[in-house]
Amino acid sequence: MSLLEIKNLHAQVGDREILKGIDLTVNSGEVHAIMGPNGSGKSTLAQVLAGRELYAVTEGSITYDGKDLLELDPEERAQAGIFLAFQYPVEIPGVSNMYFLKAALNAVRKGAGQPELDAMDFLDLVRAKMTAMKMDQTLLNRPVNTGFSGGEKKRNEIFQMAVLEPRLAILDETDSGLDIDALKLVAAGVNEMRGPERAMIVVTHYQRLLSEIVPDFVHVLAEGRIVKSGGKELALELEAGGYAVLGIQDALQDEAEAVARV
Amino acid sequence: MTAVAEQTGFWLTEFTNQPAAEPWMRKLREDAFERFAQVGFPTTRDEEWRFTNVAPIARAKFAMPAAAACNVTEEAEPYLGRHADIQANAFVALNTAFLQDVKFVRVPRNKVIEQPIELTFRGIPGQTRHPRVLIVVGSGAHCTVIETYEGEGAYFTNAVTEFVVGDGAVVDHYKVQRESLEAFHVSTMQATLGRSANFSSHSISLGGALVRNDANAVLSEGTEATLNGLYIVDGTQHIDNHTILDHAKPHGASHEVYKGILDGRANAVFNGRIIVRKDAQKTDSKQTNKNLVLSDNAVINTKPELQIHADDVRCTHGATIGQLDSEALFYLQSRGIPKSEARSLLTYAFAQDIIDRIKPQPLRESLERMLFEKLNAHGK
Repeated sequence: MSLLEIKNLHAQVGDREILKGIDLTVNSGEVHAIMGPNGSGKSTLAQVLAGRELYAVTEGSITYDGKDLLELDPEERAQAGIFLAFQYPVEIPGVSNMYFLKAALNAVRKGAGQPELDAMDFLDLVRAKMTAMKMDQTLLNRPVNTGFSGGEKKRNEIFQMAVLEPRLAILDETDSGLDIDALKLVAAGVNEMRGPERAMIVVTHYQRLLSEIVPDFVHVLAEGRIVKSGGKELALELEAGGYAVLGIQDALQDEAEAVARV
Repeated sequence: MTAVAEQTGFWLTEFTNQPAAEPWMRKLREDAFERFAQVGFPTTRDEEWRFTNVAPIARAKFAMPAAAACNVTEEAEPYLGRHADIQANAFVALNTAFLQDVKFVRVPRNKVIEQPIELTFRGIPGQTRHPRVLIVVGSGAHCTVIETYEGEGAYFTNAVTEFVVGDGAVVDHYKVQRESLEAFHVSTMQATLGRSANFSSHSISLGGALVRNDANAVLSEGTEATLNGLYIVDGTQHIDNHTILDHAKPHGASHEVYKGILDGRANAVFNGRIIVRKDAQKTDSKQTNKNLVLSDNAVINTKPELQIHADDVRCTHGATIGQLDSEALFYLQSRGIPKSEARSLLTYAFAQDIIDRIKPQPLRESLERMLFEKLNAHGK
């Protein structure tokens, strides 16, 4: 049985349809890259998988681990092993990273039928994972993402993923806002977590992340549909020829041209 | 009988039942009662009371406890009743008319008192209490004062606290109002601050059915004053915070942050007046009022009132009314934290910076616990 099966998924925000019939099957152990120009619906797909209420699913189904995912609240999805690394991690002043992580880890452990960690074990775990991500330990006592640099925020996402050990990790534009050194560090953290028990969906606009996190499959999303799927070489093709080789234009380019025409 | 006469008739009986007092004290009381008899309780036609209807307090007619002789020494005479103005507020007049229950603390000049001075007032069901606090701090002295108001059942607390702070003194004041949810609570804190004094007052309001707090400070040259507040209301609670920061002399600085959390059908009022008098050049004043409104039926009225008569000053003010950030809520949920817990976590976080500024650790920790319990109850 596949870990994740998306069938004919349609989703909209307000009355604007963004996903127009997505089909995607992901098995444990696989890494799938979703590429596509701006406005193609990549981030929407990531957010719909995590349960963002802003998007209404109007048609189709998502089955995760044999369960109807659309019936689950965001927290239930997280407790069932789904993790979304946000494109724009949210700043939460007043809530310390430490408190937040502990609450999250214990909720996820509870979901997996494991006992809560005591304070000492929690600290040991967190310190080890922070060292691996080369993160400053003082970040633990700071409010969640507040005053973090762009790179720190992205690293904090991958650090959370390492602590929560999800079965399905969705990385939404994790490479945006990272310099090449930070990108390598983040990618190493992600690669560290690859394994037969875990699947990943890597959403990205650019190929550069995919030379660090080499996917098993690449799907190209355009105007709310997957228009092409292939192996990792597809990403290289796109890098060489751009989305235009597939007859796809960036929504932003469309807009620019529309403006030019006026 | 007129409305005022009818209201004051009840209090007149209570007034005449008071045991005799020293002449100076008798004069204070009589002048105050005369003022109260003139004006009666304020109504919503009065601009200062526009959003707060105190008719339920007037109607309740909670009796005074058995009268006791006033316990205050003559040493208080030069200060008592000279700062909180009976002309400005009928409740101050009423409190002053019933001066019995006076806590008088005098901190000698240059004396540093590390241990907080703690004053606790408990309401008695069916009764009215007029607690009076007078704190006179000598120049260069340091002290911390914690006032707590609590109780059970329905009653009326009408408190007045006067601070007279000497030059260069440092005073940290906390008022924790956790009255019963059936209680009426009206209070005035009036501070007269010396040159280069540093005064901060924190008002934490959690309880009460109908609450009105006035917190006023008059600054001198180079004085630094902070007025912070946190109010958390739910159900049908009504809370009104009026503050006045009066910059009378140059080079003063004032900082004010009031935060409110409203749920249910609760009502809150914030009115922050900043006066910069003609002489008060180089004044630096900043006022903020932020409100987190958790339900569609809660109402907040917030108003800054700047009266600036000097030309070389910096005064800023801002008010916000908002809801919980849905992105932050989703972020927490996406990490497995249940929605109700995520809501209370974010609500708590909203109040966090006011709590963080509370210096005495035991008080801060007990407020953290109190808040956490209260907000967890909200979430569920």
